[in-house]
Amino acid sequence: MSVLVDHFDVFVGGFWLTFQLCILSAVGALALGALVAVMRISPVPPLRWIGTAYVTVFRNSPLTIVWFFAAFGLPALDSNADFLRIPGLSSIFSRLGIDLPYFRFAVIALSLYTAAFVCEAIRSGINAVPPGQAEAARAIGLTFGQNLRYVVLPQAWKSAVVPLGSVIIAMIKNSALAGFFGVVGELSNSAQNLTSALGEPIIPVFVGVSIGYLVMTVPLGILLDRIEQRRAVAAR
Amino acid sequence: MSQQQTVLYDAPGPRAHRITLIVSLFAVVGIAAVGYFLVYRPLDENGQLTMEKWGPLVDPNNEVFPLVWARLRDGFIATLTAAGLAILSSLIFGTALAVLRVQLKTLKQRRFVGLPDPAAWALRGLGWLLNAVTRFCVEIFRGLPVVITIFFVASALPDLGVDLGDILWYLVIGLTIYNGVVIAEILRSGMEGLPGGQREAAHAIGFSSFQTTRMILLPQAFRIMLPALISQLIVVLKDTSLGFIISYEEVLRVSRYIIDNLENPIQVYAVVGAIYILINYLLSKLAEYAQRRMARGRKTRALPTQAAPPSIMPQAGPGGASVGVGADAGSTT
Amino acid sequence: MRITRVAAVAAVAALAFTVAACGGDDGDDTGTGAGSKTFEAGTTMERLNKAQKIIIGTKFDQPGFGLKGLDNKPAGFDVEIGKIIAGELGIAADKVEYIETPSAVREEVLEQGKADIVVATYTINDKRKERIDFAGPYYVAGQHIMVRSDDSSITGPDSFKAGDKKVCSVQGSTPGDNIKKYLANPASPGAQLVLFDGYQKCVDALTNKQVDAVTTDNVILLGYVAKSEGKFKLAGEKFTEEPYGIGVKKGDTAFREFINATLEKIYADGRYAKAWQDTAGKFDSTVPQGPAVNRY
Repeated sequence: MSVLVDHFDVFVGGFWLTFQLCILSAVGALALGALVAVMRISPVPPLRWIGTAYVTVFRNSPLTIVWFFAAFGLPALDSNADFLRIPGLSSIFSRLGIDLPYFRFAVIALSLYTAAFVCEAIRSGINAVPPGQAEAARAIGLTFGQNLRYVVLPQAWKSAVVPLGSVIIAMIKNSALAGFFGVVGELSNSAQNLTSALGEPIIPVFVGVSIGYLVMTVPLGILLDRIEQRRAVAAR
Repeated sequence: MSQQQTVLYDAPGPRAHRITLIVSLFAVVGIAAVGYFLVYRPLDENGQLTMEKWGPLVDPNNEVFPLVWARLRDGFIATLTAAGLAILSSLIFGTALAVLRVQLKTLKQRRFVGLPDPAAWALRGLGWLLNAVTRFCVEIFRGLPVVITIFFVASALPDLGVDLGDILWYLVIGLTIYNGVVIAEILRSGMEGLPGGQREAAHAIGFSSFQTTRMILLPQAFRIMLPALISQLIVVLKDTSLGFIISYEEVLRVSRYIIDNLENPIQVYAVVGAIYILINYLLSKLAEYAQRRMARGRKTRALPTQAAPPSIMPQAGPGGASVGVGADAGSTT
Repeated sequence: MRITRVAAVAAVAALAFTVAACGGDDGDDTGTGAGSKTFEAGTTMERLNKAQKIIIGTKFDQPGFGLKGLDNKPAGFDVEIGKIIAGELGIAADKVEYIETPSAVREEVLEQGKADIVVATYTINDKRKERIDFAGPYYVAGQHIMVRSDDSSITGPDSFKAGDKKVCSVQGSTPGDNIKKYLANPASPGAQLVLFDGYQKCVDALTNKQVDAVTTDNVILLGYVAKSEGKFKLAGEKFTEEPYGIGVKKGDTAFREFINATLEKIYADGRYAKAWQDTAGKFDSTVPQGPAVNRY
């Protein structure tokens, strides 16, 4: 188990990087997912088609392929994702600002992929709102936008929060792929480096890396269970 | 689509129709412009649209066309083999785990009144302990990235002296641990969501607790959770692609060899991605079909999980999205 | 599909046959079949000869050394060396089984017995010797830097000290570790160093200008330079010596000695030179002098 002590800084560094990646991707995925969800229920058919196509494509392709297109397809489109080098933001999330674009590609891949699931979670929330609510809103003359903003979404949010949480947990776990696509120093990349290049024993490294992920996923999971239970009690 | 009524906005009148039409036109033009300037032009300028790059994949007269597709076919067979095995073993393992957890829960609630006090306390303690251990394992493996599980199964098992020969089995085990746990949770919540009367009736006609689970609860849980289960199976199929980490020759790994030889990564991945999307899309349609059939099948009483409120969006089946998403949410890749 | 498959199988079989025949031309004693060779009981050689099967770990993504072709067979200098060793063990070329051993898993594969030998551009060093043993070296490479042809700003590893140049290598490999000490901030290399699981991805990154250089052993880079049609060039001189060895299980001295003897034999009888000319020689036509094997 000495590897946990000797290389403690590696594990902590890896955790921080993974954590940063998850925060940024979660924000990106929530924003994009909400947009796609609104597109999917909008009155304009082409927007609905785009939304549906988006969800179909990203829900059905393996993350590996999405990641590949982010890391190797974007450069073929002459983009290094420099639009993510937002001045204030990249001073906090220092990996955003550096010249190597792979951290930015990771954020893009995770956001794009997760957004499809976020969209479905939000849609399920909207589904749970009784139709009478939206009808009543229409009856008092609210437009589509107002209807969503003041009536449907605030209520949808309540029942979407648990599925959304599960989506974010899944995303945290998905971030482990970053290490295989050029993000040096992230948790799973550190694991590989420790076991392969430095020849550290596997089990302790596994324990260390597992803790790194579980610290993020388990509390979130417990929180979601709590919310769910409280809802169930309240509904009785 | 436009015929479908929705409660979110009024049936469009002439003015709304005009606005919709104009917005639609703008949207279409906008998409076309984005597609042309941000995708087509750069691709063309970088020589990504030449026949040299695409030929081996799309032109049957190309000399390497049969070889490339033979490789891809081998890759997809390997992917589907691994996925099939993983699905089968996850279902078996998941069902067993779900039954175990439900049994342990009833065990925990039993008071063993017929037994002397110390024995009763010991049994209750044991029940509690087993319950805690299984719960702990479920939480751990649900919370870990499946990549990490696969990676460590493949490197730790041989270290511990377990040699399975083929890399395929490490991938299957890695996938089974994760997805089995998820499936177990799906089935368990299905069983626990059943009305209490089911269990009580089974007890009343003299079924033991195990018989109740096996013959009454489990079949119903499978039925109710079928859409969620199918969604999880899609997740397994997609996760098979993670085999590349332990150099299992599934389709993405095979693609890389093709790319190493022909240097057309974007083209190969585009084709492979399209095939993946097609397969998974068909599977998800199957899930929707199963869901619709079930919604039609049992009208007599609304089971708790099906008892979703009428939906705002008529295009989604009743209660469908929530169940489906619940399962998808557990997905990794 | 069926017909093409038959044709492909036939082509592969024919290829295997020719290769086996070539082997037979070069040395009189490249007989196959368990009977034609005898080894001391209890040795690895005897076990492999009896089983008539050997598993060789090699790279599948290394032009010139081990690259999996569209016919699903790896080909290259490492593969040829592996075949010759198999031949010396009395195992026909078509009985050789290849598994992919990327840089990161080579020790594991040997420790866990998933491969009998690893011939995979495998640099001999002391750290690795703690876990496995090396026969050879059979080739001495050196770490080099490949850049885009229009880039003259990188002249050697010291060019990375300034911190504005980015470099790519492969996870768990010696070159990736070596280059760290030339970076502006060796402790957190993430700003300058990218690691992938294969060199092709590095080459893509170099093409797309996300990195300014790819560093690894010269021959590997020469392969890419040759394939690039003038897009890439090597910068400066090679700055390390990387003797390539053949990995065997730790402590199997008899097997190691057998491979060493085999290497010396093929240096002398020309099979070594032929193996080079047929494979990596396409990128680097000077046939290397077989380096003296190290019987440590």
